[in-house]
Amino acid sequence: MSAAVMPAGRGARLLRNPGFVVGAAIVGLCAVIAILAPWIVPYDPFAIDLDRRLVPPSFMEGGDPRNFLGTDQLGRDYFSRLIYGARISMVIGVLTVITSGLIGITMGVLGGFYGGKIDDAVVFAITTRLSIPAVLVALAVAALRGSSFILVVLVLGLLLWDRFAVVARSTTMQIRNLDYVSAAWCAGASRWWVLTREVLPNIATHLAVVATLEMALAILLEAALSFLGLGVPAPLPSWGLMISEAKEYMFFSPWVIMIPGAALFVLVMGVNLLGDALRDMMGTDLSR
Amino acid sequence: MLRFFLRRFAVAVLVALTVLTLAFLLTRVSGDLAISIAGPNATQADVDAIREAYGLNRPLVVQYFDWLGRAVQGDFGQSYFFRDRVANLIAARMPVTVTLGLVGLAIALVVSLPLGILAAVREGTWVDRLVGLVAMIGQAMPSFWLGLVLMIVFGLQLGWVPISGVETWDGYILPGIVLAFSAIPSLTRLTRSGMIEALASDYIRTARAKGLTRLSILVKHGFRNAAIPVVSIAAVQLGFMLGGSIVIETVFALHGVGFLAWESISKNDFPVVQAVVLVLALIYIALTLLADLLNAVLDPRLRTA
Repeated sequence: MSAAVMPAGRGARLLRNPGFVVGAAIVGLCAVIAILAPWIVPYDPFAIDLDRRLVPPSFMEGGDPRNFLGTDQLGRDYFSRLIYGARISMVIGVLTVITSGLIGITMGVLGGFYGGKIDDAVVFAITTRLSIPAVLVALAVAALRGSSFILVVLVLGLLLWDRFAVVARSTTMQIRNLDYVSAAWCAGASRWWVLTREVLPNIATHLAVVATLEMALAILLEAALSFLGLGVPAPLPSWGLMISEAKEYMFFSPWVIMIPGAALFVLVMGVNLLGDALRDMMGTDLSR
Repeated sequence: MLRFFLRRFAVAVLVALTVLTLAFLLTRVSGDLAISIAGPNATQADVDAIREAYGLNRPLVVQYFDWLGRAVQGDFGQSYFFRDRVANLIAARMPVTVTLGLVGLAIALVVSLPLGILAAVREGTWVDRLVGLVAMIGQAMPSFWLGLVLMIVFGLQLGWVPISGVETWDGYILPGIVLAFSAIPSLTRLTRSGMIEALASDYIRTARAKGLTRLSILVKHGFRNAAIPVVSIAAVQLGFMLGGSIVIETVFALHGVGFLAWESISKNDFPVVQAVVLVLALIYIALTLLADLLNAVLDPRLRTA
């Protein structure tokens, strides 16, 4: 976020917002864990040990101090897998936001800026996209092409641009006739200049709110796809896949699904808290 | 008014046609359909035979118009796996999905309307913030995980409801709750903002000045106006819920269209997948159309839009 978008006063106000602080702490921690994963895991997350399967977490009855969060159905260290899972969720979330943001913002800004036929086409594309059941299509494409990490990112990116487009379009419409934009025209600025230097920076905070919402959604959808067996392929420790693989054992040892599920919930909650704080800061509610 | 209806209807038809085309392209562009159907162990001869049998060797345009012509008549072809007409399969499974969607929507409304009104009346207080937090928790909850947790707690440990299937009506309770979670956040927020706007308006002041009771002001004057956007969003949410029910139907083993799609995806049964995508999209289009029309009927100010 550039200084032009968020003056110092707003920054200070954000730090006094408990939601922002908690959200930033959660997301920041997850980001650090994701980056440092290979150096902080106690064990290799892919190392199978069939003699030590489903060992409960160390703080539970029957736990083993060697495995803080126990081991999974193949004897892999659950804590190490959880740490690598943070990496998958964060990378999927960020890459999906970049992909869908590029598509959605381009469409929304063009539609809102030019109006007329271009805008009609953009609105039509948004309406069509919204009527397509995203999870189902993502599953179908994954089944046809064979699922992979990069495919999940692409499919989610191609499906989740609608909110970016809606917000970029409406905010661009609001500012396209404001004085500073007209002033730029009068000063002989090119179209490209006006769009990238006048319009985009001034809708950036709204787009940042959308980015948090979409990141949360992407993380949840990846987990759901992986849970259904058509997301990130095994043995990658996606949290959704961990829940799916452990689900047969959940009635005897509920912690096997509680741990990755809680991690997923906390991360998404953190991202949403961040977005909510940004929205409060702007005092408007365009992101719904 | 008529002009508005016609225009809105024309857009809906156009969107439907686009979705039809996309559903066709989905299975043709994202891979060789014949190879997918034949499976991993098929020989080239098998693949050729399948291409011939299913007419996949014809030009794409011919296949498209042939498929489109049948699809608009409700003929989605034959399932490769179930050996039945796709339309029959979907018709047989639809009641479960629709019931689930309606149960979910009903639960969502019962929870979010009071919460939204409460938050609006107590705007800015801790009650309002608490409601906001509840909405955010709902938004962050992974639905499939919530489903499993509810199954463990209410199905297994407490034994109150069946953990899967809908042989009895109470089988719909847990999946309905999980599905409702996806709609509660937006419905609550919308009710809240609609109520805040309504409560700040002149007609509420007039009602207060007339000395009406608090409840009468809230319900008759406030909520009636706030309900207009809620009604239309509820219809749209129902569409989203039907489209998203695949995850919940799979978790709870409910044999609705979502489950059908999931089975078909794992069996490479693409006519079924294609048709389910299409039917769910068409239902969504119909529901949004209905929502817009309802909006126009309920709120005359919108008709010229």
